[in-house]
Amino acid sequence: MAKAQEITFDSLRPPAPWMDETHSIWRKSVRAFVDKELVPHIEEWEAAGEIPRDIYPKAAEAGLIGMGYPEEYGGAGTDFDRFHGTVTSEELARMAAGGVSSALMIHGIGLPPVMVGGSEDMKREIAPQVLSGKKQISLGITEPGGGSDVAQLKTNAKRSGNGWVVNGSKTYITGGCTSKWLTTAVRTGGEGMGGISLMLIDLEAEGVSRTALPKMGWWASDTATIHFDDVFVPPENLIGEVDRGFVSIMANFNGERLGMAAQAAACARVCIEDAAAWAQQRQTFGKRLADHQVIRHKIAAMCQKVWATTAMLDQLTWRVQNGEQPIAELAMLKVQATETMEFCAREAMQILGGAGFIRGHRVERIYREVRVMAIGGGSEEIMRDLASRQLGL
Amino acid sequence: MKVLVPVKRVIDYNVKVRVKSDQSGVDLANVKMSMNPFDEISVEEAVRLKEKGAVEEIVVVSIGPQQAQETLRTALAMGADRGILIKTDDNVEPLAVAKILEKVIGEESPELVILGKQAIDDDSNQTGQMLAALLDWPQGTFASEVILEDGKINVTREIDGGLQTLSLQTPAIVTTDLRLNEPRYASLPNIMKAKKKPIDEKSPGDYGVDTAARLSVVKVTEPPVREAGEKVEDVSELVTKLKAKGAI
Repeated sequence: MAKAQEITFDSLRPPAPWMDETHSIWRKSVRAFVDKELVPHIEEWEAAGEIPRDIYPKAAEAGLIGMGYPEEYGGAGTDFDRFHGTVTSEELARMAAGGVSSALMIHGIGLPPVMVGGSEDMKREIAPQVLSGKKQISLGITEPGGGSDVAQLKTNAKRSGNGWVVNGSKTYITGGCTSKWLTTAVRTGGEGMGGISLMLIDLEAEGVSRTALPKMGWWASDTATIHFDDVFVPPENLIGEVDRGFVSIMANFNGERLGMAAQAAACARVCIEDAAAWAQQRQTFGKRLADHQVIRHKIAAMCQKVWATTAMLDQLTWRVQNGEQPIAELAMLKVQATETMEFCAREAMQILGGAGFIRGHRVERIYREVRVMAIGGGSEEIMRDLASRQLGL
Repeated sequence: MKVLVPVKRVIDYNVKVRVKSDQSGVDLANVKMSMNPFDEISVEEAVRLKEKGAVEEIVVVSIGPQQAQETLRTALAMGADRGILIKTDDNVEPLAVAKILEKVIGEESPELVILGKQAIDDDSNQTGQMLAALLDWPQGTFASEVILEDGKINVTREIDGGLQTLSLQTPAIVTTDLRLNEPRYASLPNIMKAKKKPIDEKSPGDYGVDTAARLSVVKVTEPPVREAGEKVEDVSELVTKLKAKGAI
């Protein structure tokens, strides 16, 4: 029987009716950049625990970092749609090194609050440096005492002269060791969500100390605990209004979830591509692995979940593109995508056997990145709870 | 100066090409297609000449199916100004391509045509040379450097013995080799701007060119599987073995 198609990363991506030739050309551009500038260095950067600073300007020049930011602030413009964003997430995920892409794109969560709530002076000062790749900006929400329960955060900012003095700590901060700035959630008022503000803190300021945290995966992106010991923050560094930070923190998460879902689904496609190639090549008991029904069915089950996830991703991308904010659905999409990634990482490992357990294999790395995807940006448990509350239960 | 750059849609260089089971050709169904890499180099060179101020307009032309529009759009995103899509679902051989291009050049009157030295699908390496012959224009093939100076085009060519530099009178044909430049990535803003650049649609019939095949493919086969080599300890053993096989 003639083979209908090969099982590859590309063949596993059903065409979205909302993607046109601009998406296809952009996909080729990002892929060419990733294959040439990033893929050859993954092992080296994973071992080093960070990516070299000179890769940021290169990514900026290729239009990756400035995507979505106005040209007047040094961005690459805003004339594109959410599906171009999906393409970017998928193509970065294809190298199966979440550490490299999260280090490279960390400004994606740190900079938007500045662009939305920051003063004109702040935007003009910060954005061009970040978007040209000269400096980096991270986001600081989670604390040693709590993460998803943002309303209870403890790091406090007290009035001092015309500015603020900040005390407390943030943890699990991606890019925390190497970023110049931290978009930081602090308590300026009373208890609960009503007393939270966002501030831009210079991580090279006096009173800031940072400790690197070794991790299970994502080695190429540095992660830190950051301590603030009487750190003075000038008044112009306030982002948005005092005590009104909670809503903008929460709004920031919706876009992040869409991107993480695209990334997780693409990681699952990598797992299938590698497992299917191996299954068609490896001989056991006198036939190919793929000729054993138990293995064939594993691959079919993986494809089934990826196609369902991608259909949901495309449909929700379209709704967001049309101005909706389907919070429950976006939360469920993230769960759908990370469960699919987890399933495919597991099944691909079972198919690859010993070969997949060896360091340096794409699936081996993805296997170690499952948990950060399923927990970061809102854990599966928090996502389900958010969705059930949105559904009015 | 006006530059014409022909671009071809071919199987992506990363794709593992598979021969059809009836050996009539290679399998093109569901296969990823991209711009011929040598044509990307041609577009890049034209764009660089434009950025230096030596060129005013870059016209890109492609002969192929409707999907070749994406190939033209990619060239427009890299910096070309407008496109011409000559639509056909036939397999057009190098001579017919050259004849169509001759007619396009008659209408467009470019002073320079930059082509890839060959397309990676059939590796013919003929179109540029045939076009130069049809037009009776000077040609500089396998260019590793192109410099516009005092109305002349100085082309450095990669030849077996080293490098050769030609000075061509315009109008002229240049074909590009791998080391001429490193093509840029089409950025997203430029991809979106390229949507607004015009692409004219034509057919081979509009140029009065018959694209019927003159060559017939007898059989396409996979290359033979390479046999394992033999390891030798030193040079004298190598020489002995080569002599025994009658190779030296």
